Amino acid sequence: MNQMDSTNTPQSINKTTGRLSRPVVASRTRQNNFAQRTFFIFTLLPVLLILVVAIALFVRSWPILNAYPLYDLLFGKVWKPTNGQFGFLPFIAGTFWVTAVGILLAVPACLLVSIYLAEYAHARTRSIAKPILDLLAAIPPVVYGVWGLLAIVPFVDKVLAPLSDRWLDSVSIFSVNQPTGFGILAAGIVLAVMIAPLIIAVMYEIFSTVPNDLRHASLAVGATRLQTIRNIVLPQVAPGILAAIVLGASRALGETIAVLMVVGNIPQMPTSIFDSAYPLPALIANNYGEMMSIPLYDAALLSAALVLLVVILIFNILSMLVIQRMLRRKWV
Amino acid sequence: MGLMKRHWQRRHFVEAFMISMMRVSLFIVSAALGLILWIVVVRGLPAISWDMVTKIPEGGYYMGKGGGILNAILGSLYLASGGTFLAMIFSVPIAMYLKTYLGDSKWGHYVRLSLDVLWGIPSIVYGAFGFTLMIALGIRSSLLAGIIILALIELPIMTRAMDEVIRRMPVDLEHAALALGSTKFEVALRVVTRQMLPGITTAILLGFGRGIGDAASVLFTAGYTDRIPTSLMRPTASLPLAVFFQLGSPYPEVQQRGYAAALILTIIVLAVSLGSRWLSARLNKYTIK
Repeated sequence: MNQMDSTNTPQSINKTTGRLSRPVVASRTRQNNFAQRTFFIFTLLPVLLILVVAIALFVRSWPILNAYPLYDLLFGKVWKPTNGQFGFLPFIAGTFWVTAVGILLAVPACLLVSIYLAEYAHARTRSIAKPILDLLAAIPPVVYGVWGLLAIVPFVDKVLAPLSDRWLDSVSIFSVNQPTGFGILAAGIVLAVMIAPLIIAVMYEIFSTVPNDLRHASLAVGATRLQTIRNIVLPQVAPGILAAIVLGASRALGETIAVLMVVGNIPQMPTSIFDSAYPLPALIANNYGEMMSIPLYDAALLSAALVLLVVILIFNILSMLVIQRMLRRKWV
Repeated sequence: MGLMKRHWQRRHFVEAFMISMMRVSLFIVSAALGLILWIVVVRGLPAISWDMVTKIPEGGYYMGKGGGILNAILGSLYLASGGTFLAMIFSVPIAMYLKTYLGDSKWGHYVRLSLDVLWGIPSIVYGAFGFTLMIALGIRSSLLAGIIILALIELPIMTRAMDEVIRRMPVDLEHAALALGSTKFEVALRVVTRQMLPGITTAILLGFGRGIGDAASVLFTAGYTDRIPTSLMRPTASLPLAVFFQLGSPYPEVQQRGYAAALILTIIVLAVSLGSRWLSARLNKYTIK
């Protein structure tokens, strides 16, 4: 019977020569396998998205990267798209100044606040501080811009600039050349407040990873809490603190609307914190309208976005690797 | 204790000084929040009126004549809800996969890292990316383009928010289900989903809050118009851009309305943020810890 069948149809060949007891895959298992594959594809999405964004921007900015040497683009000082001159240096310098001022203002306060919350504060203080920081993080950039426009710009103009003019005029980075209030300092103050919640949250997390035994050992031999923090806790978490600062810097680099509203937007090489500047994100946002009307202009603006993306990716990946390593660290 | 009189040394003074500096820093950060809210309320409240929230701009609105910003309010709600909905479709499976299938494996580690990196990409870069996509696909600036870009921005935030909540789920729960013979998919569907509920609601509100406040990406992709969008392919106004454009106007009346728009936006964002806090506290009661 078997032989007859096997000679007749190919199907039955399988039946006789193949595995006799082929395991029946339950529909539940099949469902599970299917779900696993589908979920896997979804999970590829974030990984791929980074690549897709970078490639799309690269393809679109290729015309200008091809037409000009990279050095001329990045270090050219003249920005006249109508003449075909695309020098990004004033904008890169503007981005750098604004970010640097923001970070310098934010870091000392953030460090103190996170040490206070992690090492000193009562649980009740913490439970009050957390919602405050959450709300600060939730406020949209444009509202920060409004605040900067209504409070910080006048404050810089009426209070800080005259003070600096009177006492620090001989120091070139504090000299007041363009007294309008709009400028790097105003943008830096707004940025400092914007990135503070993130930096504080990351620093707090990292301080919390240090086991209490280490603190107790130090306190037991008579050190004060501050000495414990400085000699025991800080050395343990130093890389994480640095990573938190770099992460904050990468946020500050890309901030657009809030900075755009208070920075003055004059393409120049700033020499003082009271000067106006024109950071890269502001350049992109301000000129998207006439992007398509001038040759190579769109490629130039998208290459600005590409430069921003590459710098931010490097900052982000480095700091995230350090932070994740610190958070997963095993203490014996 | 009473016998030992504390002998104050220099280090104790240093500590006391540093603690007071820390308190001052905390006060400055809190005061910044108070100052922002105060400024927005004080400048926005006088300009707010019933017309602002019920009418679209009439002729000559941008020269100080009648009308309101209903177009921007509705536009922002459409954009943010659409973006959040789209992001949720993708973020729930990713969060589940991270929990049930990947766990703390190496690949799970990479996915979390890439989500964190995506989170850090600024919205202006997403906007520029959206612009290149729109050129490639031949779409004009529209509600749909805005929704897609906002979904990309919200995706990492929402996924990580869910992931952080679900990571705290006890392993025993998962093991119990597996021991009874359920597949990992059934664990994900029946056990993890329920435990994830507070995480999902927090994530939705977090994503919505981020989406509604984002200006730089919407500038490129959704455009701006005085009408209320009637289809996905039409451009749409949004609140952040309404604030931004009206502040740029030379007319004081229009600037006033910009402040009012900022107040409306702030109220929405704060309500969402406080709502998520309250809701997740309530829902957390029903999960097993």
